[in-house]
Amino acid sequence: MDFVRFIIRRILFGIVVLWLVTLGTFFLFFVIPSDPAVTLAGKGGTPQRVAQIKQRLGLDQPVIVQYWHYLDRLLHGDLGTSFFTGASVNSTIKADLPPTLSLIIGGAVLWLIGGIGVGVLSATRARSLLDRSATLFVLIGISMPTFVVGLVLLFVVYFQLAKHGIQNFAPMYVPFTQSPAQWFEHMILPWITLALVSAATYSRLTRGSLLDALGEDYIRTARAKGLTERRVIYRHGLRAALTPVVTQLGVDVGTLIGGAVVTESVFDLGGVGQALLRAFDFGDVYVILGIVIVTAMAVVVANIVVDIAYSVLDPRVRLT
Amino acid sequence: MSLTEVQFTGATVDQAPSRAIQGRSPWQLAWRRLRSDRVAVASAIIIVLLCLVALAAPLIASLIGHPPAIQYPYGTTDQGLPKPPGGQFLLGTDNLGRDLLVRIVYGARVSLLVGLSSTFIATVLGVAVGLVAGYYGGVIDGVLARGMDVVLAFPYLVLALALVTVLGPSLWMVIAVIAFFSWAALARIVRGQTLSLKEKEYIEAARAIGASPLRIMVIDILPNVIAPVLVVATLLVPTAIVFESTLSYLGLGIQEPTASWGNILAGSQQFLPGAWWFLIFPAVALLITTLAFNLLGDGVRDAIDPGTERIFAARRRRRGIAVEQTQASAEAQQAGTAGGV
Repeated sequence: MDFVRFIIRRILFGIVVLWLVTLGTFFLFFVIPSDPAVTLAGKGGTPQRVAQIKQRLGLDQPVIVQYWHYLDRLLHGDLGTSFFTGASVNSTIKADLPPTLSLIIGGAVLWLIGGIGVGVLSATRARSLLDRSATLFVLIGISMPTFVVGLVLLFVVYFQLAKHGIQNFAPMYVPFTQSPAQWFEHMILPWITLALVSAATYSRLTRGSLLDALGEDYIRTARAKGLTERRVIYRHGLRAALTPVVTQLGVDVGTLIGGAVVTESVFDLGGVGQALLRAFDFGDVYVILGIVIVTAMAVVVANIVVDIAYSVLDPRVRLT
Repeated sequence: MSLTEVQFTGATVDQAPSRAIQGRSPWQLAWRRLRSDRVAVASAIIIVLLCLVALAAPLIASLIGHPPAIQYPYGTTDQGLPKPPGGQFLLGTDNLGRDLLVRIVYGARVSLLVGLSSTFIATVLGVAVGLVAGYYGGVIDGVLARGMDVVLAFPYLVLALALVTVLGPSLWMVIAVIAFFSWAALARIVRGQTLSLKEKEYIEAARAIGASPLRIMVIDILPNVIAPVLVVATLLVPTAIVFESTLSYLGLGIQEPTASWGNILAGSQQFLPGAWWFLIFPAVALLITTLAFNLLGDGVRDAIDPGTERIFAARRRRRGIAVEQTQASAEAQQAGTAGGV
């Protein structure tokens, strides 16, 4: 019963956040200085032409009315129509999702393997040389902006290979359905970029919480009853230590739906983030709103999933 | 430490050393720990040097004789490409024939200004909101705490981009946006601490003698929450610097011709195969700066709260503190090797 009430409360809070995001973004963009109708009418656009376009797009109505219509459509799952391409925002986002999702999923797999692996190694061998160098690596990872890692990787791998006539790993996106091998080849550098930047946080989290967990009484109990060390560390220690990792994963994956824009730009993958940047350039309000809402929704859903995953991973956690 | 020495040598009062035993406040102790942390001291020195370089940027530019925004016709090769380091241009030039060294030096101004001032604003805002929410509780706390949750639940990069697009990219806009997305984490910490502190007897005493809420918050509670705030604030600076360079890289931060490490790096991408200096030098400058702040932040945390995990733990282990933990991890290590992890 508690569980159900908890989930309901979280969903309600998520809806409030989403509503605030639509409200904020909508009104933010309707005080935008560049009027889309003026842009659409072109340089030689007469005032009549501008007024005509305004009427067609519904821009002549009061902002509050436009917002109401927008919310109404949104509740029916319709994100609106792009001012500029005339395409529906739903289909635009759907078309841009594959590169972004490829990037996030592959990246997440890599950074989880790397981050948790390094974290466990440096926790079980705390203060060893390996731990120290892992710590330094973590600090460098945290200190480097994503785009710098990406650019350096491009420079070190792609351009040096290209010098020797090997034209692999070019920064572009090939759909999985077209050629899985090429998809993999072109995704590998973006994945490594994303993983290098994120793995740092994960190994730090894993190391810290695994050290904490290994100091707990139940670990002593587990050792006392003669379990192998491997079983103690992985089944008993790591399981409890993974809770903060899961939180971070949820938050990261949610945020990256729109937030992978940097990696997408460096490797020219296309994707939701780059679509967002383009929409900013044109002041394409409904595309911007659509992407912001989808991202916010991903964050909200990820947060709820994380809270549920807590109680599964760590039996001591009670949802209240 | 001198106290234990006296006790263990069994000295009587009249044999006590002529130098009086000094009482040290926690802050003095923290300061001593920080000073003996070589990594933190080195980072602090690097940060001071960076600040000096940033302040002296016009001086450096005039010494070299290349103002930051001048595009030298001889600054590019015959094909119009950036020139490699050497000769007139110590670190080479960018694609417009401008002196890269001078632009990197000017970029330091932007990074440090954005990093420090957005952190300052976020800290003041976060502490104020956290104190008020924690102290008053009730409806005020409910509203403010929800506000923090909302800000923390925002997809911040996307919204930061949206804000900057609408309100126009400028230095102050970038600072404001970064501050807006940073205060909530601080506020949450301060609120938590305030919630527990306000139940203490000394606060009750202060209230009993008629101290105003403002006085209690500022004089009685604030000094007791300042330590974690200091730690988080130090670590916010590099985050803010990274954030700024990312915004500038995407073209939504500091605009040309003003130099920032982010927009220099953005410019370098097109000239990558050839012009390595265009990428490497600003990237190294950025890495040194954020690394120094991160290492200093870790040092400050260890100095203020010696119980936390230390990054370079050699010194503390030698002193025999945290023996228990070392033992525990030694056991784990031993067993870990046996288990073939």
